Amino acid sequence: MKGSAPIKSNYSGRLLSLIRKESLQAVRDPSTILIAFILPVILLFLFAYAVSLDVRQIRIGVVLESNTPAAAELAAALNSTRYFEVTAARHRKEVEDLVVAGSLRGFVVIPQDFDARLAANNKAAVIQVIADGVSPNTANFISGYAQGVLGNWNTARLSEKGGASPPVISLESRFWFNPEIESRRFLVPGAIAIVMTMIGTLLTALVIAREWERGTYEAIISTPIGRMEILLGKLLPYFFLGMGATVCCTVLATTLFGVPLRGSWFALLSLSACFLVPALGQGLMISTLTKNQFVAAQAALFSGFLPAFMLSGFLYEIDSMPFILQMVTRIIPASYFVANLQTVFLTGDIWSQFIRGMAAMLAVGCLFFAITAAKTHKRLDI
Amino acid sequence: MTRLKAQIIKELLCLLRDPKSRVVLIVPPLMQLLIFSYAATLEVSNVDMVLLNEDSGRWSHEVISRTAASSFIGSIKTVAGPEEMQRVIDERRALMALHFQSDFSRNLSAGKPAVLQVLLDGRRANSAQIAQSYLNSVISGINEEIQPKLSANMPKAEVRNWFNPNLIYQWFIVPALVGTLAMTSSLIVCALSIARERELGTFDQLLVSPAKPLEIIIGKMVPALIVGSGLGCVMIAAGAFIFRIPFTGSLLLLLISLVMFIISVVGIGLMISSICKTQQQAILGTFSIIVPLILLSGFATPVENMPYILQLVAEANPLKHFLIIVQGSFLKSLSAEMVFASVWPMLIIFSVTFTLAVVFIKGRLQ
Repeated sequence: MKGSAPIKSNYSGRLLSLIRKESLQAVRDPSTILIAFILPVILLFLFAYAVSLDVRQIRIGVVLESNTPAAAELAAALNSTRYFEVTAARHRKEVEDLVVAGSLRGFVVIPQDFDARLAANNKAAVIQVIADGVSPNTANFISGYAQGVLGNWNTARLSEKGGASPPVISLESRFWFNPEIESRRFLVPGAIAIVMTMIGTLLTALVIAREWERGTYEAIISTPIGRMEILLGKLLPYFFLGMGATVCCTVLATTLFGVPLRGSWFALLSLSACFLVPALGQGLMISTLTKNQFVAAQAALFSGFLPAFMLSGFLYEIDSMPFILQMVTRIIPASYFVANLQTVFLTGDIWSQFIRGMAAMLAVGCLFFAITAAKTHKRLDI
Repeated sequence: MTRLKAQIIKELLCLLRDPKSRVVLIVPPLMQLLIFSYAATLEVSNVDMVLLNEDSGRWSHEVISRTAASSFIGSIKTVAGPEEMQRVIDERRALMALHFQSDFSRNLSAGKPAVLQVLLDGRRANSAQIAQSYLNSVISGINEEIQPKLSANMPKAEVRNWFNPNLIYQWFIVPALVGTLAMTSSLIVCALSIARERELGTFDQLLVSPAKPLEIIIGKMVPALIVGSGLGCVMIAAGAFIFRIPFTGSLLLLLISLVMFIISVVGIGLMISSICKTQQQAILGTFSIIVPLILLSGFATPVENMPYILQLVAEANPLKHFLIIVQGSFLKSLSAEMVFASVWPMLIIFSVTFTLAVVFIKGRLQ
């Protein structure tokens, strides 16, 4: 605020000039642009392409110890499925070291007496599947798909002979909202929650902590500006930055990454606005409690960003966590935001779910603001 | 040498003088290790299921009671019609829905195949797929009982999982968290070190002091190195003693690689720090790099599932190399040769980033 702009006594004028000053400060710093517009692009790109939970082309070895046509047929079946990328071998020794080195994730052995075992009708296992347990998820997929290939191959073989009996109860599965089961469709909406956490919590925590660190926050408090105005003046620019980033992410998600937006923009923006309340509140709370940029950054990392990544239901299912952790996720605003974002993108406007989510996010936000207010009072009374 | 020593002591004091920063350096990473190691599981349990049963025969009851008895089911909600079923799924109150049509039992009793419709929430497709595979095994169990001939015809595979026979997910996630958390802590400490001095204006004073640029930089590196390696050691110990993950490799080699890893991370931190003018820029720059480092490391999903170009990018990621070492040292008794294969890329990363940092800082001098 320059001397030429005297502090107006009217409330909204003062607020506006504060907002203007904060916005200018924010926009002038290239790091704000980095975090609000460049990072989201990188993040969405990585979540769309790098983090794929869809398993295909797992590198495995197939050890063909038997020379019979049946064995060769099964090996060919393993080779042709899109789930595996097969390295063929004749002896276990050839692939065992590759598994230890990590270049193969496992191998399937079709043993020398394969035909005899097959003829013995289930007395012994006909093939052996070895999976690298270091990555348990991949190991599960390998054994699951290998058994699936074996089963399909066997059914096809029997039906050629005319002896197949169809499974008695068969499952007819359909995946709603995401029939092709593409992980990017639910990861990209979730990534928006991470971007917004960074803008809302991290950026705000840093900006206000810097003011405390330099002593300029006390300077503002000593002016006639009310505390409410200071807070609004600080937070509103970041609120709009966050909303801008939501729009930017959504446009990218729907145009470049092929994620549908089945709900309305109104619902999406309302959800984002409700999420920004606790996100900004958390940033404000961190800065008020720490008053130091380094500590604020660490606190924002460990209480905002990493929980949004790990505990929000974005990568790991909340229902499968231990009960205590499920309770912890209740106070993580990102857990509501991720679930609602996935719904607004993939399902549509399910207001009964949104309203519950919004209420929860606002409640958590109020909690953060209340803690901040309590701490700020003490500071001023001294 | 004394100058360097004084420089290092000053940096350590700067970092550890403030009680809040001491706490924030040590406590949160260790808490996160405990919390995340229990949170991060790709196993599925507590699945909420909806049931729409239009069949009144005994077979649907048989399927329902068997499914309800299996451990992955959390709750079962019975609905009266398809609209209600749709609503429960829409509102995300269930992951999976079973729909028995009215002819389900009749078909089975008549010796005809019966179809069970399963609807799954595609917003949580990963968990849904796993839940579906659990359901599949429940159903094939029932099928084998109905028709023993079927099981006789079904060839079986013998499955063995090396290194982690029961596929305990913590054995995967704890070593991965060791690398990830040690990296984030040391990266922030390091990135802030120079930027802080620059923001406060004391960096210029440092530059006109008799200390050489290289000494200044080394002084800046040491605290981050100590913090990162220290945290790494504590977390490795926690993995072995609290989580009881078998440690099969060489502890010495792992510790050497840990230091190499932190050095390469510190190189990245220095590079960011040397570009930035303020702490805010340094922190935001650090966060912008932490996210890609984590995502491209194999922590969340295997690197080999990524597109080829991103696999190449991942080679420049020290965390990717360290995860191979730390997971291998715990479970695979990784040989020295294989450890070295992952150590040298980290050294290259360090030399490139360190050189760039020195160039940037010297550039400021002129």
